[in-house]
Amino acid sequence: MTTSTVHPAPAPDLPHPGGRLWADTALVFGRCLRATLRSKTSLFFGMLQPLLFLALFGPLLTGLDLGRQGSSWQTLVPGILVQLALLGGSYVGMGQLVERNTGVVDRMRVTPVAPLALLLGRTLRDVVQLVAQSVLLVLLGVALGLRAPVGGIVLGLAFVAVLSAALAALSHGLGMRMRSTTEFAAVANTTVLPLMLLSGLLLPMDLAPDWLDGVSRVVPFRYTVEAVRDVFRGDFATHTVAVGSVVTIALAALCLAGAARLHRRPHGTAA
Amino acid sequence: MDTPTTPAHSPEPALDVRGLSLTYTLRTGPVHAVRGIDLTVPRGEILGFLGPNGAGKTSTLRMLTTLLRPTGGTARVAGHDLLTQPAAVRSRIGYVAQAGGLDPSCGVREELVTQARLHRMPASEARRRADELAGDLGLTDLMGRPVAALSGGQRRRLEIALGLVHRPQVLFLDEPTTGLDPAGRADVWELVRRIRRDHGTTVFLTTHYLDEADTLADRIVVVDGGRTVAEGSPEELKRTHGHGPGATLQDAFLAVTGRAPRHAPLAV
Repeated sequence: MTTSTVHPAPAPDLPHPGGRLWADTALVFGRCLRATLRSKTSLFFGMLQPLLFLALFGPLLTGLDLGRQGSSWQTLVPGILVQLALLGGSYVGMGQLVERNTGVVDRMRVTPVAPLALLLGRTLRDVVQLVAQSVLLVLLGVALGLRAPVGGIVLGLAFVAVLSAALAALSHGLGMRMRSTTEFAAVANTTVLPLMLLSGLLLPMDLAPDWLDGVSRVVPFRYTVEAVRDVFRGDFATHTVAVGSVVTIALAALCLAGAARLHRRPHGTAA
Repeated sequence: MDTPTTPAHSPEPALDVRGLSLTYTLRTGPVHAVRGIDLTVPRGEILGFLGPNGAGKTSTLRMLTTLLRPTGGTARVAGHDLLTQPAAVRSRIGYVAQAGGLDPSCGVREELVTQARLHRMPASEARRRADELAGDLGLTDLMGRPVAALSGGQRRRLEIALGLVHRPQVLFLDEPTTGLDPAGRADVWELVRRIRRDHGTTVFLTTHYLDEADTLADRIVVVDGGRTVAEGSPEELKRTHGHGPGATLQDAFLAVTGRAPRHAPLAV
């Protein structure tokens, strides 16, 4: 096929662009996943912090009364998983920002691929990466003394996946708006740390004074982590699990919608 | 949905731009980055879009490639309406950003194949097209390398190849030779001429190198302050604005952009 063809008629836009969204998303996902697999160092460093918490902080809790049934690992591991989603998910937009500055994003935007597919493909890659890291953390937890029903672990990972999707999408949206990596890091750092502390990830909020417990009730991740703690104990049909599911899914829907908007809007320097 | 309304060989110009403008608001007030640009570029022409820094070159380019939404005016690009048929426009244009758009960790072949697939080619055709382009642009020996291992000139050729995977009717190049050594620049010039000669591709290139515009462009449009301030072939511009025989394009450029040097003698 060739060079002698001057201008073959380009494929006309299909009547059902929705059918293409999935194929486009898969294509973008594949490209991102290959890039992730190439950079093995970032894969490791991304999970270093939660890993350290698990190995060096976890043993401190084994003899304490956390006001919960079950072992301290059943309380801590869910918190560490949500922490991974929170820390890992929030910073993925930095990569998007770098790709914007190097022109990769623009290059892909001047193709028939829908902007939404660029967002979804990247987000899906992040979810896969964070869930894979979560599995490793759970295995380490088991080695340290975690005992939990398999069904509970699987359901817990599903919570992590949905939460990761929410945060990663939002982070990519921010990556489309921020001007520099320093600006991005400033915004991410100042929001993530307080949210993390307020959601009772390392220790449950039952231990908190009333005012702190009250404030933490506005942080959505609190409901996710409490639900994961329940399913890790094998309690599936609880009020906490129901609330956690609704809050987590609603958060994901909101974040995806917001990020999709940020991706649609023209961006970049106008000068 | 968009329908291809124009046969490839119709006489409709590659670009037909009317009153294109871009105004955005900063805290300090509105900024008129582009103030009503009119342009007609016939098919197969190499147009040099020239202007000092901040003249509105990149903004205009980003609007014409669907990356920025104009706040005023209309344009038909490659036979399709920029505002109502952006997807049809995107599938008929190639865009090579100044920043290049390469991922250094990616392989050369992977970049080419992915780009072809983003333009909706089936996998086997995408691979064939990647090989064909690599042969055409002298990248065959580099196909197995990561982008990070390429020289500046090789990177530029790959970036241009990425802009060509889908055989676009119009190729937009944003300062294609900035940062290249003289051999790399000559290489890109030769490539641009060859693309036009072999495929009849219309080339819209921004530059602030006057020698580049002079040797490469059939026609030059000079913009300043978001407006067109001069237009014509390099020879016409020199004749009309250069004041006298032997005038260079630089003389003409400085005259039309109001940046003519005061004739103070240089202290040597």
